[in-house]
Order: sequence, then C-alpha cells, then structure tokens
Amino acid sequence: MTLELTARDRSMLDGEQGLSAAAAMKILVAFSNAIGARSLLDITGAHIDGCLYHGKAGLDFVERLVEGGGRVRVPTTLNVGSFDLIHPGMVKMPEAEEVPARRLMKAHLELGCQATFTCAPYQTRFRPEFGQQIAWGESNAIVFANSVIGARTNRYGDFIDLCCAITGRAPAWGLHLSESRRGRILFELGLANPEPSDSLFVGVGLIIGQASVDRVPVITGLPQPRDEDQLKALGAAAATTGAVALFHAVGITPEAGTLDEAFQGKAPDETIRVTRADIDHALSRLSGVADGAPLSAVSLGTPHFSHEEWMRLLPMLREVAPGRGIPIYVNTGRATLTRLQEQGALDGMAAFGLIPVADTCTYVTSILERLDGVVMTNSGKWAHYAPGNIGVTVAFAEMRDCIRSAAVGHVVRSAS
Amino acid sequence: MIRPVETEVTERSGTFQLAGITEGQALVISQPLSFWGGIDVETGDITDHSHPGLGQNVAGKILVMPSGRGSSSSSSVLAEAIRRGTAPAGILLERPDPILAVGAIVAEFLYGISMPLVVCDIAGLPSGGRIAVGVGADGEAIVRFVGAATAGGAAV
Repeated sequence: MTLELTARDRSMLDGEQGLSAAAAMKILVAFSNAIGARSLLDITGAHIDGCLYHGKAGLDFVERLVEGGGRVRVPTTLNVGSFDLIHPGMVKMPEAEEVPARRLMKAHLELGCQATFTCAPYQTRFRPEFGQQIAWGESNAIVFANSVIGARTNRYGDFIDLCCAITGRAPAWGLHLSESRRGRILFELGLANPEPSDSLFVGVGLIIGQASVDRVPVITGLPQPRDEDQLKALGAAAATTGAVALFHAVGITPEAGTLDEAFQGKAPDETIRVTRADIDHALSRLSGVADGAPLSAVSLGTPHFSHEEWMRLLPMLREVAPGRGIPIYVNTGRATLTRLQEQGALDGMAAFGLIPVADTCTYVTSILERLDGVVMTNSGKWAHYAPGNIGVTVAFAEMRDCIRSAAVGHVVRSAS
Repeated sequence: MIRPVETEVTERSGTFQLAGITEGQALVISQPLSFWGGIDVETGDITDHSHPGLGQNVAGKILVMPSGRGSSSSSSVLAEAIRRGTAPAGILLERPDPILAVGAIVAEFLYGISMPLVVCDIAGLPSGGRIAVGVGADGEAIVRFVGAATAGGAAV
C-alpha cells in the first residue's frame, strides 16, 4: 500500500516550505505509512496536547520546530499546561522542572498556536463545525468534537497533532472517513423516566467506556440532556475508562437521528442492557468514602467549566454560602474567566472559598494546599485520575452536594 | 558426556511500522503494556502493578507483545526512553499501534536512534532467546529467532 502525496505535500517534504514543514511532513508520512493510510486530507484546525512536560524529548521536538522557523498553517489551540499563567504562584514546582515546563508552553506560542491553554477548545471561538476535518489531541476534546459537534478527528496527541497543525494535513484514515464512524456496539438504557442528572451522564460514560474499548458505542434511552455540558461529562468519562473517540446518542447527537443512521443501516456487533443498578455501581466505584468524612477541598471543572456551568454554580454559592474556608477550586479556560471577570460575576466569591484555576487543572500539577482528607468532585474523569496523579482520596457527587459539603465541612450526599 | 549447545533457528516475515535492523534478547509479555504509567523511563523497568511483566526490564530487549495500550502520552514516554537508552532495542507486535509508532518515528528524527517496530505473528516466541530483525528484499521485516536449546531441549 503506498501513500499518495499531492504536489504540495511533496513540496513540503522536499523542504521548499521550510525546514520545520519538511520535518513535520516527514513524520506525518512515516506515521501515515505505519497506519496504512492511502492519502492525506486538509484540516481546518488543530488542538495540541503538548504543553504538559513529560520529559526532555517533548521539549526537544518543539524546540527543533521553532529553530526551523515552524508556523502552524491552521488555527491551532493549546491544551492545558503545567502552570496557571493568569494566577502566578498558584502552582508550586521545583525550579529544575519549572524552567523547561514554562519554556514548553512558550515555545508552542512561538509556533503560532493560540494561548488558549484549555482542555475544552470547543468552548472557545475556535469551536469547529459539523463535518469539518480537524486534528485534535486530548481525549475529552476529541470525543466532544466527534460526538457532540460532528467534526471529524482521530485520537491524535503527542507530536502528531503538531505535525498536522504545521502541515495543515492529516492522514485520511479512521474517524475522518464516514464508514469508520458507524456504531458497532449498542447500549440500551432501561431506565423508567430518567432524570437528566449530571451523575447519570457520568455513569453512562463510565459504562460505555469500559465495555466499548475502541468500538463506536451507540446509546438509546438517554434522556435529553439539560445542556451540552452533560454530554461533555459523558464523553470525558467514556474516554477515561476506555478509548472512546466517538459515541452516538440516538435522537441527541448529530449523526444519530435514528438508530439506523447511527449504525449506517448495519446491525450492532453486540447489544448491552444498562440498568439503574449498573449505573449506581459504576458511580460507587468513584468514591470509597463514607458520608460524614472530613472534607479538605472541592474540585470542579474537569473538563474545564463552561460559562453555563458557572451560571449554575454562582447562584448556588450565594444560596448555600459556604463559610468554613474550604477551598472550592474551579478549573476553567482563560477566555471564560476573562468574560466572568468583565461581567463582575466573581466579585465577592472568594469569601465562599472559590478559587478559579485557569490554563491548567488541579489533577495534573501541584495546586491543592492540602492532600489529606477528602476532595469532592462532580467530575468522573477527575475522580478516576486524581488518586493516582496527586494522591488524594476522592468522593464523587453532584455539584450541589459538593457545595453543601463545603458548607458543613464533611461529605454529604443527598442521593444516599 | 555433555553435548555442545545447539541452536534452533526459526524465521518469519512481518511488516515494518518503522523499518530498521536490530537484535537483542527476547522479552515476551502476554498482555499489552502502556508505556505511560507502565514503564520507569529512567531504568526501563515495568512498573505497572496490574501487568504480569511487573519488575522485568525492557532496556535493550526485543519486546514482544500483542499490541500497545492506553494513552497517547505513551508516544512521549517511548521517545524519552529511546533518548535515555532505556527503551527496547525493537518491538514486535501482533497488531499495529499508532501511538508506539509515533514515539519511535519522532525519536529517530530527533536523535537518530533507530528502534524498529514490526507487526508479525508472535505465536510461540518464548522469552530468553535472541531475536534479530532484518530487512528483506521487498522491504518486509525478516524476524530471526535463535533459541538456545539446552541438552534436555530440542537437541535431544
């Protein structure tokens, strides 16, 4: 199988468009050959998950592209980094790690990437449209773009996302192609009059992620979500427990008007019935903490809190008025934060313990003041990764229960 | 009388995800390993507590496993391990893996260090023998397995 290149691809490969474009195209061609793609296609945007420092190789790669005069050819957003550049001093890190980690964020900007530093680029003005071909990294962003928007990306990340951005091309393979987007496995939710609670969407996400592995899941019986944030939470959970890059929810997501459309007229390979007990079981595994356990912090906004989520949280804070000084960290994009600040929406909120975090996330870097006690979250993804990443004990709950718990100083959950 | 150690050589062909020649001791693991969260990049030790290969070391070996697994951050970890010299000398997989391919391609680009990645039939390859990977006339991978047979083994 040979990879077909256009004259423009070849000109890039031959160095006629600069050293960095040649390097990026060379790597993209090697990658396309490794996966058996037949050709490349144009992309309209990219999202780069390269700003978290994992070692020297990652920085060497970006520096090489900067030295070669590299510039991204399509609008390119950046995922979270290791620092909150808006709130200096929030992240504590030894200097030997801090220098390369800061340089990694800055080097990406020198390539022409946008300083978004968010895991939710779909909340920014760079949100793609239905049917657009894009090359995105970051698992929650990938599943959101494919499923909720109907844009098309594979699970990119680590080097290849940047090569796509520098060349404006991606391999014509996988979820870029219509036939690969058809559903493979059917999840039938058997719930009587389900309330569209946040935790229901998280629970369904955890279950489909675990059982689908890398097959495209189709869900029936899901209640209409209150907003796209509930689908964000479902996708993030599914991409946490499995490699889900695309899900279809019949009657809800854009490529699944009907069951038949979701499966492109074919039959599912497998059908799984999901009961309320299955969902409760999946959620209970996110918190091994009994009600009444002392609380040291709350962390919300994984993936990054949207403006709509802030509009639900802020009245809740005023109403419950937690006054014990328990920090309520809320991870959010800097564009969302700026908008709130311009509106004056955050004025006086520090008194309730609110600590907005931008550009990064509380589970990838050292932000939390206290790692003892229990941290409550409404995020399935945070609950899954935080114990391993930063060594905290987690209790998962609805957002309202997180805030009520902060007010009384220990874990309370209305459902239990 | 002690017999001289004889060897049994088997050869099979495969497809390169990243071409190159290499050689090393075979480390065969039955389950896919995620490099991110599964390998100590400073030593090459397998650190994934849920993996049967826990405690083994991949550095300089020909790692044989069914497939890759998990996060795309494994690309960075593999590239970093190649840079540090703690990566395998080559990897044989039953199913192609884009994430490991990216790590190997980028490390070769940055540091000029080749870590061939081959997709081939891995059935019956035991740990401990030596594996040599070469390039065939049509660009295919030629995998030669040299199993040191003991007196009680195939030499009998």
